[in-house]
Amino acid sequence: MKMNGTVLQTKDLSIGYRRARKAPAVIASDLNFSLRPGELVCLLGPNGAGKSTLMRTLARLQPSLSGQIWLDERPLDDLRPGQLARRLSIVLTDRVDVGAMSGYGLVSLGRHPYTSWTGTMSEQDEQIVQWALQAVRARDLSDRLTVEMSDGERQKVLIARALAQQPRVMLLDEPTAFLDLPRRVEVMDLLRQLASENSQAILLSTHDLDLALRNADRLWLLSADGDLLEGAPEDLILNGAFERVFSAEGVTFDRERGSFHTSQEACGRLRLQGEGVAAFWTRRALERIGYSVEREGENGDSSAFATNLNPPQSVNATVSVRNHDGGLIYFLETEGREEQFATLNALTTYLRRGGAGGEADAKVDEDLYARR
Amino acid sequence: MNRGNIPIATPGIRVHPSLTRGFAVAPGLLLAGLGLVAIAAFMLSLAVGSVRIPLDEIVSVLLGGDASKQAWATIVLKFRLPKALTAMLAGAALSVSGLQMQTLFRNPLAGPFVLGISSGASLGVALTVLLAGVAVGLGGSTTLLAGISLAGDTSLALSAIAGSGLVLLLVMSVARKVQSGMTLLILGLMFGYTTSALVSVLIYFSVVERIQAYISWTFGSFGGVTWRQLQVMAPAILVGLAGGHLLMKPLNALLLGETYALSLGLNVRRVRLGIIGTSAVLAGVVTAFCGPIGFLGIAVPHLCRSLLHTSDHRLLLPAVTFMGATLALGADIVAGLPGSQLTLPLNAVTALLGAPVVIWVILRQRNLRQAFAG
Repeated sequence: MKMNGTVLQTKDLSIGYRRARKAPAVIASDLNFSLRPGELVCLLGPNGAGKSTLMRTLARLQPSLSGQIWLDERPLDDLRPGQLARRLSIVLTDRVDVGAMSGYGLVSLGRHPYTSWTGTMSEQDEQIVQWALQAVRARDLSDRLTVEMSDGERQKVLIARALAQQPRVMLLDEPTAFLDLPRRVEVMDLLRQLASENSQAILLSTHDLDLALRNADRLWLLSADGDLLEGAPEDLILNGAFERVFSAEGVTFDRERGSFHTSQEACGRLRLQGEGVAAFWTRRALERIGYSVEREGENGDSSAFATNLNPPQSVNATVSVRNHDGGLIYFLETEGREEQFATLNALTTYLRRGGAGGEADAKVDEDLYARR
Repeated sequence: MNRGNIPIATPGIRVHPSLTRGFAVAPGLLLAGLGLVAIAAFMLSLAVGSVRIPLDEIVSVLLGGDASKQAWATIVLKFRLPKALTAMLAGAALSVSGLQMQTLFRNPLAGPFVLGISSGASLGVALTVLLAGVAVGLGGSTTLLAGISLAGDTSLALSAIAGSGLVLLLVMSVARKVQSGMTLLILGLMFGYTTSALVSVLIYFSVVERIQAYISWTFGSFGGVTWRQLQVMAPAILVGLAGGHLLMKPLNALLLGETYALSLGLNVRRVRLGIIGTSAVLAGVVTAFCGPIGFLGIAVPHLCRSLLHTSDHRLLLPAVTFMGATLALGADIVAGLPGSQLTLPLNAVTALLGAPVVIWVILRQRNLRQAFAG
């Protein structure tokens, strides 16, 4: 089969589970897709769509139901276990407990397909282990015991282990699942760099839409009914594929901002004046408590998407953010009256008590918040 | 082969941080030390007993010379030497088997007997000893203990071999079919319960003297093995030990779990059969000739891991072999209560001495995951 510069390709692939004395449980069928060297592809889809099943099938950890998979121009089933291990490596979600083993020892297990029956490491093997640790910026973890590592550190070492197999394709099942946000950004960034630096194809499944949208060269969207849509993240958003796959009761994908939110009626409309980061986060705060926010001077150009969001309501108040003495002050102007707030917390608390409507008795805590 | 940006070879000192971490001395020296301690324990076990024999006399006897007292030569050659060799072999076998099971099942409580090997042997022995008229040479009821003759010993060993061999075949045939190691572990446990229930039934309907003979077998002993039996036992165990050491690389891969092992190109089913096969032969042969000797198989791997600070089977397997031999010899020396005519049941000694040690080791680690691999 002609691979046309791809390392992994499927033709009419069906995935699922065989069952005894019953028809097989098909999760997805007629999948045709490919992976190219040097690209980072994120596999997205709602829970139960079959992301893990697809990953397991591609790694030959479970058999496909029908169709073909080619890896490195050879049918996957023709590869001997050792040959497969030199072309494809995996990182699983499960926590790995290897007992008393250093980071270096764990990564060197990745040389398994290359070493002799004793597992003795040649000088080249050791250099590759060092290189893999370096590649994930984890040289300092070489001597640390894996049990003493944080989740993020352990994940980096596990990625280094997969890297030490020198694969053409790396599959990672939710590699960012147990990490905090900075660690997730770091790991995603790392994977993108690894893919392009080493001309490897990296496929990872994730629930982290934001990071996937920002980092993936391509997305594979696996929908609950077994369809796989692929394309650049931006294309999939613009043609509405993203919304279709993730459409669920009460949750909608906001194309304008590239994130999900629960769809609920706006409780009011506010105009926002201000610039930069402060305006961005003020808007977030106001939207969180249910207001539809209109940026000053912006209402024209983004109206293409905004029109279908909410029925137009009259804008009855304006929030403005201003710099003052090196800090920020928030002003709320309603029907000629102006209130000042030192924090967004004070502003939102005030609004939630019905302040925007102009009820005077809602201002009981005013002295507590306002800065004079 | 090099697809990544592998740095060009730089001459310099090669470090193995995974191997040197936590050692004051190189791991090779530590292993040699363990070996020397095992030899020392071996010599000590020849020297002490109800009669004390000086070390130089023992060396001279071992080298084929004469002792200053003829009785000493007889004691060393006929009783103490086969007993010490048996202890070493049994200790090493049970410890290697225990290490393999702990890694295969990723369970710190696993030991050589989790697959029901000793239960099978017990059932074999119970059938022989407790069922009237079956055992040759065990028929005379009152003189039973005193008259444990060669014939009696051999029939015990044979029935234990038959019992554990049967379990081995059963486990192997199941292991070829089941997917996960956990299923196998549970099946082994259930098999153990079933056989001990059958043994209870047999005991319930037996006469006191025969029960006593059965129970004395369950105490375990290295002393009952003759040179003739050693000719069978030693090669079987040596083959098992060699087979166990051949599996060091797959065992290391299994530390990551079966899925990762599979992705590393390991034929997990074949390796599992190999591990279960060697482990069952080791545990089965020891149980057949020495009785169900508890504790060593579970404890020694823990002790070695905490001594060597590693889960690497390339180090653990030889370490466990030496330490198992040493501790078995030590337990046997203590059970013989040197200087007295009394002996203690071997199983009581292994547990009484071993349990506090393991408790101490595990509490000191504060973290079981660190104390065991898997």
